[in-house]
Amino acid sequence: MSGDGTAAATTSPAGGAVDKAQYGMAGFLVLVGGYVLWDASTLTEGFADQPVHAYTFPYAIGAVLVALGVALAVATARGDRPQADDGEDVDLSQGTDLRTLGLLVAVLVGTMLTIDWLGWAITGALLFTGATWALGSRTWVRNLAVGTALSIGSWYGFYVGLGVPIPAGILDGVL
Amino acid sequence: MDLLLDGFATALTPENLLFATLGVLLGTAVGVLPGIGPAMALALLLPVTYSVGPDSAIIMFAGIYYGGMYGGSTTSILLNTPGESSSVITAIEGNKMAKAGRAAQALATAAIGSFVAGTIATVLLWVLVPRVADIVVQLGAPSYFAIMLLAFFAVTMVLGSSKLRGFISLFLGLAIAMIGTQTGQARLTFDQPLLADGIDIVVVAVAIFAIGEALWVAAHLRRKPLEIIPVGQPWMSRSDWRRSWKPWLRGTAYGFPFGALPAGGAEVPTFLSYATEKKLSKHPEEFGKGAIEGVAGPEAANNASAAGTLLPLLTLGLPTTATAAVMLSAFEGYGIQPGPQLLDAEPGLVWGLLASLVIANALLLLINLPMAPLWAKLLRVPRPQLYAGILFFACLGAYTVNFQAFDLGLLLALGLLGLAMRRFALPVLPLIVAVILGPRLELQLTEALTISQGDVSTLWSEPVAIIVYALMALLAFVMGVGALRRRATETIIASRATESESDVEHESDVEQKESHR
Repeated sequence: MSGDGTAAATTSPAGGAVDKAQYGMAGFLVLVGGYVLWDASTLTEGFADQPVHAYTFPYAIGAVLVALGVALAVATARGDRPQADDGEDVDLSQGTDLRTLGLLVAVLVGTMLTIDWLGWAITGALLFTGATWALGSRTWVRNLAVGTALSIGSWYGFYVGLGVPIPAGILDGVL
Repeated sequence: MDLLLDGFATALTPENLLFATLGVLLGTAVGVLPGIGPAMALALLLPVTYSVGPDSAIIMFAGIYYGGMYGGSTTSILLNTPGESSSVITAIEGNKMAKAGRAAQALATAAIGSFVAGTIATVLLWVLVPRVADIVVQLGAPSYFAIMLLAFFAVTMVLGSSKLRGFISLFLGLAIAMIGTQTGQARLTFDQPLLADGIDIVVVAVAIFAIGEALWVAAHLRRKPLEIIPVGQPWMSRSDWRRSWKPWLRGTAYGFPFGALPAGGAEVPTFLSYATEKKLSKHPEEFGKGAIEGVAGPEAANNASAAGTLLPLLTLGLPTTATAAVMLSAFEGYGIQPGPQLLDAEPGLVWGLLASLVIANALLLLINLPMAPLWAKLLRVPRPQLYAGILFFACLGAYTVNFQAFDLGLLLALGLLGLAMRRFALPVLPLIVAVILGPRLELQLTEALTISQGDVSTLWSEPVAIIVYALMALLAFVMGVGALRRRATETIIASRATESESDVEHESDVEQKESHR
């Protein structure tokens, strides 16, 4: 019921090219749904008189996700285009800035890889500096200073103010 | 009544007053800052709950909630780019007023209107919360299961314009909710021991709200700055007061019930309020050019609805807005089970919160009227530093959950999902609500069917459950009819659009109105 009706309802009357990237989203849904179904098939039955088994919900959710993926693909083929999220700082008239996006993801991956080793005080400062750089700020000395102040301030804030000891990493004993 | 006085005693301790003030200031600041809404602000502040006591944290959250609402209206009046769908209407008239040199009056009527609406709505909460809680506490698992289904149904179908996208978001959230070993067997854990306890709701909320939003904005960052209208001290003349007070009251009357319903939201009441004021105004010609009634009414409706959402949250444990969803995860962080038993189990906490709402509201008025010019300066924060700061605090928040680098990986993965959701216009709210309520839905169903020994008919054995299912059927029917009508209108528009290309402007206008229905 929903797939058919909404596909037409959200179709932009102005028409235009098919949003090919949305097939990717549909594929992702089918993939996730398929994995949920496969995972459900590995679960064993609980007690025989148990009304809701561990696999009951996953089977239902996986099946619906696959169906939704197909519905989205059909809607896309029929010309459905998403009305992307707007906001104060969002300028949708330009294309997606993949370079900035890639740099930010790289910064976040770097944060994940180094946090155990360097600790929050250093990693946090690098995260802030790297992210401002990726977003187009070139005053990196100032950004590094601000980032260092933020990360050391938040480390002490959590440690002293909130009593949450964030691991210090290689600065253990220094901070 | 005694409980309410106890609540005030809790809320008025110097420590909690400090937290309330802090919350109001923080809330207004993040509300004004572009790109951060109250939901994201609360998500970023969830780590605070690890060491601050529950009453102080909840009181601070109340301040952030109201402050964020108010700050959002400042942004939409001075920038004409609403941060949330509930301030779309405010942006229409408010920005026109600001452009006509009446920014001070627009800010004043928004602030005082929010105060009036918030106060009335809070008093309504005092009256209604205990009464509704008395009824709700008698409900069994079948009714509770039905009400949770209604919540899913409401956030998916009633709010937002595309049902298909709402369902996609809902079921992605349910899939995330299945991760872990709650049922005794490892589900969707990829044999990863770190996933055995499921994904912490803090990580999900921060990833979807903060990382997803920051990445989305970064990919589309506006390179030339927006025009900001300078503003002085907010004030209102006698005729502004005369034109504002009725819209405030009518806006409150629209906002509270919509907020309190599990199928509510703030968009519909703000739109209704605007339409009503336009019809009743003695100056209809001013509408569209900056009529003060068009700011006063919708702003009051927005705030009253924000307070109204606390009714289902506190009595049923059902979040109907993103902000309420994050507040719910804060409750869960304390091991407090929101739901029918909340008022019985934690009366001090609930009444402390209800009392602090009035205090937060009064603080908001005291702090914000004199400080409006200062808040307006926040709109000039350089964007690279702003969004880098959001990423910084998001990582800090996720890391402090377990001090696991693995959580930062999850944060990034879910953040990319949040980015994709914004790209493909998938609403965020159904996902968050599904992650929070999914496990409880499974629990209630199991409980209901265990008691009935597998007899499925138990699900409609309670009157409340039947009423809820009937309500859902009715809503589905109304929306089905609405969709058919919309389809008809769009066919007409489409045929007209092909005739002239210049209609594009008008057409998107119609679409926007349709989505408010």
